Parts: sequence; C-alpha cells; structure tokens
Amino acid sequence: MKAPVSWLRSYCDPGLGAAELAERLSMTGTEVERVGHVGAPSDDGFVVGRVLGAEPHPNADRLRVCTVDAGEGGPRTIVCGAANVAAGQTVAVALPGAVLADGTKLRKAKLRGVESAGMILSEAEMEIGDDADGIAVLDGVTAEPGTGLAAVIAVAETVLDLEITPNRPDCLSVFGLARELHAITGAELAPDPWETDAEATGEGDVGELASVTVEVPELCPRFTARAFTDVTIGPSPLWLKARLTAAGQRPINNVVDITNYVMLLTGQPLHGFDLDEVPGGEISVRTAVDGERLTTLDEVERRLDPESVVVCDRDGPTGLAGIMGGRVSEVAEKTSRVLLEVATWNGVNILRTSNLLGLRSEASTRFEKQLHPDLAMRAQRVAAKLMVELCGARLVPGTIDVDSRPAAMAPRELDYRPERADALLGMEIAPDLAAEYLGRLGFDVKDDRASGPITVGVPADRHFDVTREVDLIEEVARVHGLDEHLPATLPGRGGTIGGLGRDQSLLRRIEDLLRDAGLDEAITWSFVHPARSGVPGLDEIEPVVVHNPLSEDQSVMRTDLIGGLLAAAAHNLARGIERFGIFESGRAYLPERPPAGAGPLGGGFAGSRSAPIAEPHRIAAVLVGSAGAAGWREPDRAADFYDAKGMVELVAEALGVEAGFAAAARPFLHPARAAAVSVGGAPAGWAGELHPRILAAIGARSGAAFELDVEPLLGGSRVGEERYEDVTTYPAVAEDIAVVADRDLGAGAIRDAILAAGGELLGAAEVFDVYSGEQVPDGKRSLALRLEFRAADRTLTDAEVAAARAGIVAALEEIGAELRG
Amino acid sequence: MLERIERIGEEARAAIAAAEDAAAVEEARVHYLGRKAELTTILRGIGELPADQRGPVGQAANAVRREVESLVEEAAARHERSELDRRLAAEAIDVTLPGTPPVRLGHLHPLTRTRREIEDIFIGLGYQVMQGPEVEHDYYNFTALNYPPGHPARMLQDTFYVDPGTLGEGVELHGPDGEPLTAPPGPRDVLLRTHTSPMQIRGMEDQEPPIFIVVPGRVYRRDSDATHTPMFSQVEGLAVGEDITLADLHGTLLTFARAVFGPDREVRIRPHFFPFTEPSVEVDVSCFHCGGSGEVGGERCSLCKGTGWLEILGAGMVDPNVFGFVRDRGYDPDRVQGFAFGMGIERIAMLKHGVPDLRIFFENDVRMLGQFR
Repeated sequence: MKAPVSWLRSYCDPGLGAAELAERLSMTGTEVERVGHVGAPSDDGFVVGRVLGAEPHPNADRLRVCTVDAGEGGPRTIVCGAANVAAGQTVAVALPGAVLADGTKLRKAKLRGVESAGMILSEAEMEIGDDADGIAVLDGVTAEPGTGLAAVIAVAETVLDLEITPNRPDCLSVFGLARELHAITGAELAPDPWETDAEATGEGDVGELASVTVEVPELCPRFTARAFTDVTIGPSPLWLKARLTAAGQRPINNVVDITNYVMLLTGQPLHGFDLDEVPGGEISVRTAVDGERLTTLDEVERRLDPESVVVCDRDGPTGLAGIMGGRVSEVAEKTSRVLLEVATWNGVNILRTSNLLGLRSEASTRFEKQLHPDLAMRAQRVAAKLMVELCGARLVPGTIDVDSRPAAMAPRELDYRPERADALLGMEIAPDLAAEYLGRLGFDVKDDRASGPITVGVPADRHFDVTREVDLIEEVARVHGLDEHLPATLPGRGGTIGGLGRDQSLLRRIEDLLRDAGLDEAITWSFVHPARSGVPGLDEIEPVVVHNPLSEDQSVMRTDLIGGLLAAAAHNLARGIERFGIFESGRAYLPERPPAGAGPLGGGFAGSRSAPIAEPHRIAAVLVGSAGAAGWREPDRAADFYDAKGMVELVAEALGVEAGFAAAARPFLHPARAAAVSVGGAPAGWAGELHPRILAAIGARSGAAFELDVEPLLGGSRVGEERYEDVTTYPAVAEDIAVVADRDLGAGAIRDAILAAGGELLGAAEVFDVYSGEQVPDGKRSLALRLEFRAADRTLTDAEVAAARAGIVAALEEIGAELRG
Repeated sequence: MLERIERIGEEARAAIAAAEDAAAVEEARVHYLGRKAELTTILRGIGELPADQRGPVGQAANAVRREVESLVEEAAARHERSELDRRLAAEAIDVTLPGTPPVRLGHLHPLTRTRREIEDIFIGLGYQVMQGPEVEHDYYNFTALNYPPGHPARMLQDTFYVDPGTLGEGVELHGPDGEPLTAPPGPRDVLLRTHTSPMQIRGMEDQEPPIFIVVPGRVYRRDSDATHTPMFSQVEGLAVGEDITLADLHGTLLTFARAVFGPDREVRIRPHFFPFTEPSVEVDVSCFHCGGSGEVGGERCSLCKGTGWLEILGAGMVDPNVFGFVRDRGYDPDRVQGFAFGMGIERIAMLKHGVPDLRIFFENDVRMLGQFR
C-alpha cells in the first residue's frame, strides 16, 4: 500500500516528519518498507501563476512568449512550448532555482533569443498525471498568483510504502491509516469521510432503472448499487490525479478515478457500469458455468470454473466478482448513466479464483482478506458526493441493497480485563489508558469502566480481526508501545531441565568424529531430480513425488543421502579440487510407515498422529581421491573400500557397537568391492568403492562411500552405561597365529570361527597381517592374527591356553583353514 | 724399576693423547693395561721382588695404572661423544618442511555450527531439543496453528505438496481436521512443512505443561533467489506454563541475541501478525557491525543498511486457538499461556559470517566449508 503523506495528513496530522511518521508506524505494527518521493524533491520555487498574455515567439513557430503573473511586483516572461497555453489560465509555475522532479535545477535561459524566467508545468513534469503534451491548467483554483503551489497540488509528495499484514485490510486505506496515526499519536482525526451523503437530485428511483439478483448469497453477503444520470465523462481535477498518481494508480477518467480514489480512501473497492450497456439494468450474481469465458478489463479472455463468481447482465458475465470488471459495460467517453456497484464478497472464494486465474488486482487484494458488509455504504456515500461534485452527475434516489450477511457478521462486543492483559503481557497498562487507546482505534468503548472489565463494540473494519479478548490486548499493547514499555524478564521454569537427549548427544558425537576423521560436512537438497542428475543406478526405491516442484531438479524426495553427496562431489571436482571427503548427516524420505517404536532419529516423532512417511536419519560420506592426510612424505594412496569401511568401523567403535560386513553389490558400487553393513544382525547400510560409471559421471578417478542408518547404530550403543571390567589384576596371554586358507575364505569367517572356538577365555582376535606369495600355495593366503586370552578371576595356566588353542585349530580345520608353521 | 714405570707412564700418556678415535684409545688401553702389557707384567711380578722394593714399586705401578685407566676412560668418553655428535650432525633435516598431519582436518557445515550454537544457548536456558517430520500433515502445519481454511499460505504457489499416490502402502494419514483419512488422500493433505511450528503442536501433544523446547529442522517454501532457497532451516522455540509473559519472551530473546551477537546488543520488538500467536512481534537486534548507529566511519553501515537494526526472528504469545487444539493434553487456554518463536538458521549464519548469498550454503564447496573451523 502506497500512502501519500499529504493525503494522510489531510485526515490526521501529528506534526511529524515523514521519517518519524514511518518509524512510529513501523514500531506499532504497520511496517513502512520505504519512504519514497513523487514529484519534485522540495516545493521551494513552485508557485501558482496566471497567464496574462501568450504571444507567438518571434524566432520559433512552436514556442510562445508568455507574460505570467507570479505574484511579484511585475509580470515575468516565460517561454513555453505548449500549444494549449492561453491568457487567463491559472497555471503551475516553477521559478528559477526550483529543482524539478527529474532532478534538474531550473535556471534563467535564453530560448531562441528570448529570455525565459521560469517554466509553466505539465502534469507529467509534476508527476501528477500522464499528460505531457500541454501545460496543466489549474481549473477551479482560486488561489492568488504567487501562492505556494503546494497549497493547491502536492508538488513534492512523500509516499509511505507500507507492508500491511493480512489481518489488517482496514490499513489498505488512507483513512484507515489516518486512524492508525490518530491511535498511536493522539493527534486529532478528521470526521469520517462518509459522515455525509450526496443529495439525491435525480429523477425516479433506482429500482426503476436497475435490479439485482444474488443467486449465491453465501459468496456475496451484500450487493449495493446506486444510479447516476447526467454524468459528464472527462479528466479528473489535478488534485485527484495527483493523489492517485502518488498512490501508484493511473488516472483514466473522472468516474473510474472516483472508484479508485474511494477504494484507496475507504478500503472498499467499487465498480462502475455504463448503465446504458446493461440491458434492462438487470444485474445478477451467480457462479460461472465450467469453461465459461469472460474478457476482463485488461483485455485477456479468462476461462472460468464453477466456483468463480461472476456479475452478469441479461447476456452473460460482465465482470469477475471482486477481482476485475469486464469490457462489456465499461465506463467510457460516451457514458452518461452510471450504475455504481459496491459489494461484499467471500474472501476465501475471491482468493481462490484470483489464484486460479493468476489475476490479482487492487480490489482482489482487499476482498480476499474479507471485508465487512458495513463498508459498502461508506463507499457509496463518499463516491456519490464525488460523482455529483466532479462529474456533474445527479444521484437517482434510492439504493439497491441485497444484504444477505450471515449472523457471524453481526456486531460484536468484547470485554477487556486489565488484570488479564497485565498477566499476559508482563507489564501494567492503566485501565483508563487502555480505554483511551481502544477508543482512538475506533472501538466503541462503553463508559462503565470505573472497575471491572472494559466492554467495547468492535468496529466493522476490525470485525474479522478482533474476535477475542486477546486481540484487544494486542491492540492496547501495541498502541501503548512495546519497545518503550515492555520489561525484559526470564520465565520461571517450573522444574524443567534443559539438555540434549542421549541420541542427540551421540549423533553430535558421530558428526564430530567424521569431522575429526577428515571429512567436511555437506548439506544437500532434500529433493532431487527423479533421475539423480543422470547418475545411473541410484534409483532403487520409488520416491515420494513433490506435486508442485519449482523445477524437475528438485521434484522428488531423496531416498538416500549418497545422491546429493555425489552431486556435491561433482561440484568440487569440476572446480579442480581432487582430494576431499564429505559427509552428510540428514534424512532420507521413504514412502512407507515410520517403523513402530522408532525414536526421532528413526522417524518416530512426538505427537498424537504419526508422521505421514518414514524419515530415518542417516549419515553418509564420499571419499574422493586420496585417503587420509595429504603430505609430502606419504605416497598418495587412492581411497578404497577399506577407507570407507575404516570410517564405518571408527563410528562403530566410538559408539561401542560392532559393525558386520558382508559382500553385497549395489548398482552404484564396484560389484566386487562393496558390502552390506549390519549392526547386531540388523541391516544398517552399506559401504563400498564407487562404480567406475559413477566415478566417470562425477569426474573422479577413485572414490569410496558409505551410508548408514543412525538409529540401529545408536540402538546397540551402551555409551554412558559402561560397567568397569578388571583388566589389570590377572595378566592376559598374547599369542600370534598364522592361518592358511583358500583366498576366497573371508577373514571375517576365519575370525568368527576363532572367536567362537576360543570361548570365554579368548578376549580378542585381530588380523594384523595378510600374506600371499612364495611361502603359501597358489590360491591360498595367510592371515596373521593376534589372540588374547584372559580370565577375569585368575591367571591362565599354560594348559588352559593350550586347550583353547587346540580347540581353535580344530575349528579352523572344519572351515578348511590350517595353522602355518 | 721405578724409572721403567715412570717411562711406561709417559709413553701411555702420550699414546692416549695421540689417539685420534675410539679405536686408537682401545688399542692404547690393550697395549698399556691389557693382560700382556708391560705394566701388568710388572704388577704381576711384584711378589718376586726383594722385600724392600715391593712397596715402592707396587705403589708406583698401581698409581700409573690408575692414571692410565682414568685417561683411557676419559679419552674413550670424549671420542664417543664427538663421534655421536658427528653422526647426529649428519642426520640434519629441513625443519621448515611441513609437519606430518596426524589426520586430515575436517569441518562441520557453518549451518550445523550455527544450529548447535542456538541449541546450546537454549539448552542453557532450560530447553530441550526436539525433532519433527518434514513431510507433514496439513493439520499440523496449518489447521492446528490457527490458519483458517483457504488461507493464502495453503496455496500451491507458496507451499510444496506431495503427490498422495506416492506416499507408499499402508501409511497413516490425517485430513486437515486431524481425523484419520478414510478415503484416499487428497492433493492438499500432505505437504513439506513450511515452518518448524507444527512441532509446537506435536510437542504439546507429547508433554504436559510446563514445556520448554526448541526444534531445529529443515523447512520448505516455494521461493528461489539470493535471499530465498526452496529449502532452508529454522529453529522453533516454545515455552508454555501458567504465567509466562510477553515480557519473558522479550528477556529470553534479549539473552539469546546477546549470546549470539555479543553482550552489547539490544533487541527491539515490533508488533506483527502471525496466525498462531497473539500478540505477535518481529524482533530486531541492534547491528553488531555499526553498533546500532547505522554508520561505520562516516559511511552508511552496509550490514543494516543504515537502520541500526537487523531483523532476526518472528515471535509472539501462543494464540488461545492453538491451545484449543491440545486442550485435552493439559493446555486449557484459560489456564496456560506462553510464547513461541521461530528463526532462520541461514539468516543468523549469514549475518554472523558475512555470507552474501544463501545459495552458497548448499553448494558445499569444500573451500567454503574449510573456512569454518
């Protein structure tokens, strides 16, 4: 909403500069986004002048030499290029020294040999209208020559560009804003502009000229219409053009300008029909037939759906209700009888239709916020006076008023309890102040406020916004001044304690660990391309599809983290960065029920209703190029499966869980260098080297990756619940063995067999060397393991260790492995 | 005999002094003190000397032997030291070459750091941290937050909806009224949450008052430019008890702003409008770049654009209508009151670290990530 300051001040002038006005409004809830200017930067040097004579220029056909009375001792000479300049006109004059709207400073100048001491201005030069062809003639201006022009026309206008919150359609009007200024400053407010009505001097009764039928009263709570005869269409007076232009509207003709002006003043949109173009004066309001077409004033043909409301004449739709009129009965040059519609529409319906058609207008932005039916007659009254005054029109007696408002729009009374307000706000506001603020805001304060609650009637323009006591409290608090008066205290916490939950702490531990293991954390999009930006083989699950994505690149919910990380890797590789590791800690979005009994990291969230889908929290990483820290001494080693696995094991170790690995291919991993990861037997993700196709797609030579579900990792963790174990009283016995077996017998199977056979006494069995070569038969390899035997309650005897060892040897033989040497 | 001993002593002294390395010292030791050495032979033969000579010869021979022993020891040690010195000198390295990093150092994303910082401040103020779903029901995202039917935020141009046919088999869905859906879901029943505020409702359904929670998480809106990305992250806060006031909100946010932006900060609160709070406010923090003056070195402050204030969040007192949706969980609107707030993590991180474009956060350029230790 653009509010010209001079227009605002004509209703309420707190005597503040524009900047301070803006500040006060912003700090009480009416945000001023910008203080702009229209016209000249200052009104200095602009005066009212009278043309005394206009003679042809001796040296130029198209120029006139004018003598102008600018209220000085004698007339001054001004050379003017306008064809319409003539003696006797009252005009707007810029004197030398004045700074024009375009920023140039006016000087005395010789024009084709004649000195010109000023300039007679056009509408366009004053930025009060479109007309640039001729000078602006100040018809009806009675001010003496020499009077400051600002007294007649806002020549240097300041405009407040306001951001009005959706609950305040009353502030989408100049008078509403003036009331707001009155409320927050206490400065006097002019009487309501609709206090008086025009005299109905026309003939007959409006009912003889027009009729209105509302077929959909729930979508049109009120429809009023008045008729005017003897209308003379013409340009609006300059003051009106100036106000419209400053408010961002283009002047058209006096009738159209009046409807726009009254809308800007009162907040209630209006629509004028050329009554002679409405056959029989019959107007009806109905919903459109599906596919029905209507050409709106912007000359676009609109296709309507059955929920759109149209205003029709006998021949069909003439306007899109509350949004835009149609071409059919547009007010034009030839119009002499006008039917003025002021209606109330259903806000939700208007918003819906306006969105459906992609058509927003000044009217629809007001109607969509739901206006009250009482506003209609305010606008009728203000408009009628202007129609009479500016168009020479005669108001036909009577008003057509189809009022179908529901009970919910009946006047409302509310109680304001000062003690309740103080308890909610945490500050005291004296009851008499509260009553004063509410009164200034237009609430009807019943004067029984010696004690107890203050009862107020809610004004029509706040009917939908102020429905409860708490809404009154907000009004009182903001007018009182939150910034100035509100204390800063801290709440009593009633025994609650703060902190991270165990899972939250452990998740942070995992993230920190990956960071300290050399990975940079990435945050990638939750929505991805359905084909993952051309990375093949990633699409294993049918994703949840976004119905209205901004682009195809972000049109389905990711079912994994690896896709986004690969895209991030490609981004870095494309910038010449060849060695890095990145990880992400975030969610996958899976088209399935959240698992029963899951915690938040497994997608089991608080609330009575479960989440629509499963959103397990995961960690994933991609290692590109070399593994580990780059240095000048170490040979660069390409990151491989064991680097990815090592990261997974590091995480598992930090959480005190054991991760199991079993060879398992994935389409995007090297088929022979990939593993499924499990924790406590439950699937937890995967790790592996990236498939050469994927490497080629992201532009990397080597790379490894993993992705893990967090919940199974945390579920098995006993971090924080550890029990002390005595490892010092009785020494452990360490023994190294070398096991020879077929090359394809996994180290995991060998170790499992050893651990199982070793029983309670075997505390650990770790592979520390892998050998194949001369000493070992072809097709076989040798694994060296360090065994650690221990008992918690005694020192083991040689015999005990030997027996355990013998059991291990026997178990190894069973799986086709034997001890070497 | 005594002269002979004296001569041996002189020879030995000279030989040891002349020895150039440890080997020569050892040679001298063997020559003068070894089993076959002249002095050793003399000492061995003392018993055969006449009685009156035994004393003086023995004393002289032993004295020389002790002296030579100590000279040998001394010389050996000296040579050992200098040889070590030589060897170590040969092992000289270039100390200005880079050290060997024990690990490659990684970095948390600046948004994670900022999120944790915010979480930790509120943990210190007694809050718990919760998470909630990002694919959410209309009911939680709008209805229970007091958005009337047909509210503009529900329109397709503002909110991402998900295609109900792709939610999977057997999912449990609810309509905008919160009731379980019996018919197949409609195109507007399930959405990507537009704010973290749905967790106000889920949080209150889960915990009776008093409740003090913050909820970080991803949110989605259909916007894309330098200051809007379709995905971003927020932290929601909710504090409800019997006597929590707007002044408490003021104090809480002042504490928060000072913790994040510095102890000299002020906040100012401006009335605003949100459907789920009443009264509603927007909160500005005094600019930490210009100290709130709007000027730096006579120039207009580039951070706050000369206003002296930076908008950081929206907040307000929980609307009684919102409590109405969780009344049966102990939130009687006539008995409880409290505040809620929501802030953009990206906004705070951009302000703190001077990041000019929101999209930078989601490119994940490791040269950007590496700037945040």
